[in-house]
Amino acid sequence: MSRVIKHSKFKYVLIAAAAWLSAFMLPQAAHAEYGDVVINNYADAAGIRPVVFPHWFHRIRFRCKVCHADLGFEFKAGGNKITMAKIIDGKFCGACHNGEVAWSVENCAMCHSAIPGTPTHFHGSTVQRLIAPAYKPVESK
Amino acid sequence: MKMRSKSVLVGFALSLAVAAPVSAQNEVSAQVTASESQPLQLAQVSGANVFNRNLKKDTNRNAPPPEDGIHDTENEGTFILQPPLEAYQGLPPSDYGNYIDWVKAIDEKKLNPRWDRIDSSEEPFVMDMDIIREVKASVPDVIFPHRQHTEWLACSNCHPAIFIPQQGANQINMSAILLGQKCGVCHGKVSFPITTKSCKKCHSKPKPADWQPPLSEATLKNPWR
Repeated sequence: MSRVIKHSKFKYVLIAAAAWLSAFMLPQAAHAEYGDVVINNYADAAGIRPVVFPHWFHRIRFRCKVCHADLGFEFKAGGNKITMAKIIDGKFCGACHNGEVAWSVENCAMCHSAIPGTPTHFHGSTVQRLIAPAYKPVESK
Repeated sequence: MKMRSKSVLVGFALSLAVAAPVSAQNEVSAQVTASESQPLQLAQVSGANVFNRNLKKDTNRNAPPPEDGIHDTENEGTFILQPPLEAYQGLPPSDYGNYIDWVKAIDEKKLNPRWDRIDSSEEPFVMDMDIIREVKASVPDVIFPHRQHTEWLACSNCHPAIFIPQQGANQINMSAILLGQKCGVCHGKVSFPITTKSCKKCHSKPKPADWQPPLSEATLKNPWR
């Protein structure tokens, strides 16, 4: 009788210890650049890697206004419902990524470069850090 | 009694494991996979404790794409992408975010991002107007500088959706900002984040010398005061 109880206690100790240790030692998620956005509204379902959008790279070249006022990008990770069809039509990324202002859409692997299965999120954002994961998927139609 | 000494032993073994994390890594992951069959969550653990200065600092700042943990290393395109540090050469440093002071970079003319998608000669319409927001608490009052914001943004980015352009019409508090509203729409995501080092960037106007914290209502009503 007492043996059974002790055994179960030991199990809890082990699980607790494993959980506590894993918090320190398992590979802590990414330390990507501040402002990197992973966009996975449709990519996984379409069988391609999610997109990583590096804000840092773009803000060296353009001010926020160009994309967020002129091109109509919402201030919301995953909130723009970007598809390749829209890009080819010259909307969103396609306004520049058309072979004229920046390289064209045949360079699939340069945007679609995130680890498959990564949810849409704003890397390193305060919201993400305080209440992880603050991700609400896009409603399907 | 026997059990207790055993758990002490286990505790000792675990403390050894902490001391030698590399050797313990495999063992621990094996334990975890045994005890929890769920796949590992990719989302980060709550970072509420990163404010603790005694905790480990991120040593791998501005990691190149293959090492940053969100790019797939099996993807050839990952290795073509530019590492951030290469692009940050010569830009003024800061203590948070990208560890680059983007506003200073423009002020010092180290950077001149385009204001128009195609026309590189177009200049932003800069409005130099400071808004002072008094703060109820004892922290310094907030100076909101339009100049730095209009260097990057158009009026329509903030007005009227995020901020109503009228004095006294906007209720702002730090909770809302930390949850990604008001200033937090950008600050904490792309523009400089809210850390203990960045408080004074906004809370920059010292209170008047004779300023006293307002008494709370409970105190005013207290007959024994």
